[in-house]
Amino acid sequence: MSEGVKKFLYVNRKAPHGTIYALEALEVVLIGAAFEQDVSLAFLDDGVFQLVKGWDTTELGSKNFQPTYTALGDYDISKVFVERESLEERGLTEADLLELTYEDEDDDWAEKSSIRVVSREEMAEIMAENDVILSF
Amino acid sequence: MKLGIVVNEGPYTHEASDTAYNFAVAALEKGHEIFRIFFYHDGVNNATRLMVPPQDDRHIQQKWSELAEKHNLDLVVCIAAAQRRGILDENEMKRQGKDAENLAPGFRISGLGQLIEAGIQCDRLVIFGD
Repeated sequence: MSEGVKKFLYVNRKAPHGTIYALEALEVVLIGAAFEQDVSLAFLDDGVFQLVKGWDTTELGSKNFQPTYTALGDYDISKVFVERESLEERGLTEADLLELTYEDEDDDWAEKSSIRVVSREEMAEIMAENDVILSF
Repeated sequence: MKLGIVVNEGPYTHEASDTAYNFAVAALEKGHEIFRIFFYHDGVNNATRLMVPPQDDRHIQQKWSELAEKHNLDLVVCIAAAQRRGILDENEMKRQGKDAENLAPGFRISGLGQLIEAGIQCDRLVIFGD
């Protein structure tokens, strides 16, 4: 890759069920992980519901793909930004979210949380810093 | 500028495909290079050669196919999204044991890596969706 490493941001804006966007966005993230780019994920608007723990899709008859989010750390994805205002507008707090972790190679492989709750203003800055934004 | 274009919605229900098409035409007229156009989510439905819109309406698949031929564009349909929605080329038809293929001329089926590669290679990746 002669162009070097780019900063990829995957923006998740939609609820996990009702449409296929969340599932197919995850498929892109997992494939993209093999390209060794600088990857971050952002969750805002109804996208924050993707990270709310305790899905039960039995009645929906669709696949419960929530375990895939907790595996993101295994794909070296350690930056998961969640917009605070989107949580608050939906009556949610960080305590409602899945525990997403990664092992920090610069800190003796200590297990750390991948989730960073950021303000809407900070989210705008994060978007501005990235080279490639894939919005779902 | 080297551009990548992503089409995330199907034809007719959403305007995203029309807008992406118009953007592509305008970009080419301005002398920009289009590295690849990637069809994802319901966007893969733009690639069925079996669509039969009313005669007084635009034929979205034909427009894409003609644009691809005229400018030698790389139109890539995501294989995973295509399989879910019944878009198959001859190779996939045989591999999946189906009795028909429906991929329109100018399109090819490939993996999501082609989308990531477009993000890496292009100066701008422009997404058209909802």
